[in-house]
Amino acid sequence: MASITAPTDRSAPHLADVSSRPNALQRVVNVWRYRELLVSLVRKELKVKYKNSVLGFVWSLLNPALYLVVFYVVFKYFLGAGLPNFAIFLLAGLLPWNLFGVALGAATGSIVQNPSLVTKVWFPREILPLASIGAGLVHFVLQTIVLLGALLIFRSAPSPTFMCLIPVALLALVLFLAAMSVGLAAINVYARDTQHLLELVLLAWFWMTPIVYAYEMVAQKSIGGVAVGNKLLLNPITGIVITFQRAIYNKVDVITKPNGVPTVTHVLPPHGILWYLAILGITIVVSLVLLYGAFHIFGRLEDNFAEEI
Amino acid sequence: MGASIEIEDVSKRFKLYQEKAHSLKERVVKLGRLPYEEFWALRNIDLEVAQGETVGLLGHNGSGKSTLLKCVTGILRPTSGRIRKAGRVAALLELGSGMHPELTGRENIFMNGSILGLSKAHVARIFDDIVAFSEIEHFIDQQVKHYSSGMQARLAFAVAVNVDPEILVIDEVLSVGDEAFARKCLDRIKQFQREGRTILFVTHNADLTRQICDRAAVLDHGHQVMVGPPGEAVLAFRDTLLKRGLDPLAEAGITAEWGTTKQVRIVGAQIIYADPTAGHALPDEPVKVRLEYDAPERVDDVAFAMNIHDQNGNLLVGTNSDLLGLDIPSVRGRGEVTFNLDRVPLLDGVYVVSLGVHSHDAGTSYDHRDQKDFIEVLNTTKTVGLVHFPMHVDISSASHDTQAAL
Repeated sequence: MASITAPTDRSAPHLADVSSRPNALQRVVNVWRYRELLVSLVRKELKVKYKNSVLGFVWSLLNPALYLVVFYVVFKYFLGAGLPNFAIFLLAGLLPWNLFGVALGAATGSIVQNPSLVTKVWFPREILPLASIGAGLVHFVLQTIVLLGALLIFRSAPSPTFMCLIPVALLALVLFLAAMSVGLAAINVYARDTQHLLELVLLAWFWMTPIVYAYEMVAQKSIGGVAVGNKLLLNPITGIVITFQRAIYNKVDVITKPNGVPTVTHVLPPHGILWYLAILGITIVVSLVLLYGAFHIFGRLEDNFAEEI
Repeated sequence: MGASIEIEDVSKRFKLYQEKAHSLKERVVKLGRLPYEEFWALRNIDLEVAQGETVGLLGHNGSGKSTLLKCVTGILRPTSGRIRKAGRVAALLELGSGMHPELTGRENIFMNGSILGLSKAHVARIFDDIVAFSEIEHFIDQQVKHYSSGMQARLAFAVAVNVDPEILVIDEVLSVGDEAFARKCLDRIKQFQREGRTILFVTHNADLTRQICDRAAVLDHGHQVMVGPPGEAVLAFRDTLLKRGLDPLAEAGITAEWGTTKQVRIVGAQIIYADPTAGHALPDEPVKVRLEYDAPERVDDVAFAMNIHDQNGNLLVGTNSDLLGLDIPSVRGRGEVTFNLDRVPLLDGVYVVSLGVHSHDAGTSYDHRDQKDFIEVLNTTKTVGLVHFPMHVDISSASHDTQAAL
């Protein structure tokens, strides 16, 4: 788009087509050119969210803290099924999940909630759902403060080796999130029920992901005579969550004494770093394919955003 | 001069769903095939705007002018056809373009700048100019939701004109805000014109069109009626309004309803131009306004009156047969009264004629015929304003130097 180039020489105009659909690659280039807008929109989203609130950013810390307390109490004391250092285990999975769930929810509504921008000015529309992901990442960073606090309190050490996988896991998460966000944000303009349906789907998805329970506890079960095994990994979030748990919780097996008898409980897949890396690699490749498709769908649906809003 | 905006055979179709079905359930149930009507907001528009040219878009509400502007800025994508443009476009579409109510004026300036593709450092450099132009220094750190509509318009306009766009797209924004600010915006628009920037401009205001546009295009229900000199375009625009039965005066609020006795009835009226085939008068040509009456019974106390208004409802002249020195003793049966205008010293436009028959003291109105007849005046010069003053310009100077300087 010429609208983003630096002021050109007025005597030699370069005519750029504004009426044809840019392809997925051009869309990515446009988003990159508008990265400053992306940053301002992230800042805007954060500012608007906490404008006129006294506690401001503390609210985004209170969310995981509250989850932590509730789940901790319920699982450790009510159900008596807690793992040792359950708080660390829970937070390790909850933080990436929160990033996913909250950002996807915000991104899905991002276009319909910004009519003053969408109907009045041109910019690559994908920026809006991507800005929701950006705001989610800021919250994610803030929420790691809660995690660091918990690590200190429980004197639990993460795995230095597996910590190297965290950036990869985060990349996989952001790519998957971007694909879902861009696609759903566009669909939601035409079918507003998408955002409500998404809330339900996310609720189910949360419980289908090994966050409050351990991966191995379910993988070893069989449902209707069929072993669950690594079918759990069909959920792309599972691979990401278990990587976070492997790095931060840092225990593959734990020894619990439910009836006074020491029993070994398997928590996470007892594989090496390459196994985890392979899972993440697959997630990244799948996400990139989905992202390409999402940009394509977005480009087709974008034509009438300004009218449909 | 090369083209700055090229609009080639652009059409835009909207689907009007009979029931706005935004819910997923309805879409699923009907498998995405909801009953809809096609509505063509734009049909085969062709318009080329040259570098440094100012083109006005005239059209009634719903004529497609705003849709066209949105297609040019890329907000909407045309269904068919191609639009190309050269350089950055700053668009002012309606009030508060792209302003977020929860953010302060300062934050909005930065966000608007980045929407227009400027870096933060760039916006910081022009920030003071923007604030100075907007004249809202004291409120710049307040949330925009506390701004009046005039203040929002000021801020939006200040951003748009200070970001150094190659193309400025304006949709009816000059009508907001006070006169002093509108004047300032107009001055800035004229500065843009001198700097060779391209302006695409939507307005209802005929005077403004004549004043600043090099050319104007008239849209009517998505069709392009004409593109041409502003004076002709304004006439064509008024034709479209009149054909649609839209009264250009209605908005100006000129309605005169009073009871009439019908003792003398106006049965017809004609505007007669010097050139009967032209359908308009040039400013120095005579025009006759002829009125046909019918008085079934003899009426003694009678005078014929004529008022001419401009499109904004300003009375240009109001007169009657008494004032013009014609004493009509009585009327009976059919007859004609002709007001002979030696010249119509007006710049171009459509002027509205109202006729009436009343008693000498105007205490009794027999009949009237309001706003049904029009005098069209075509001005061939680019002079702006309302009155065609017969004039010319001279220069005399003491030395050759002054002349050279001029």
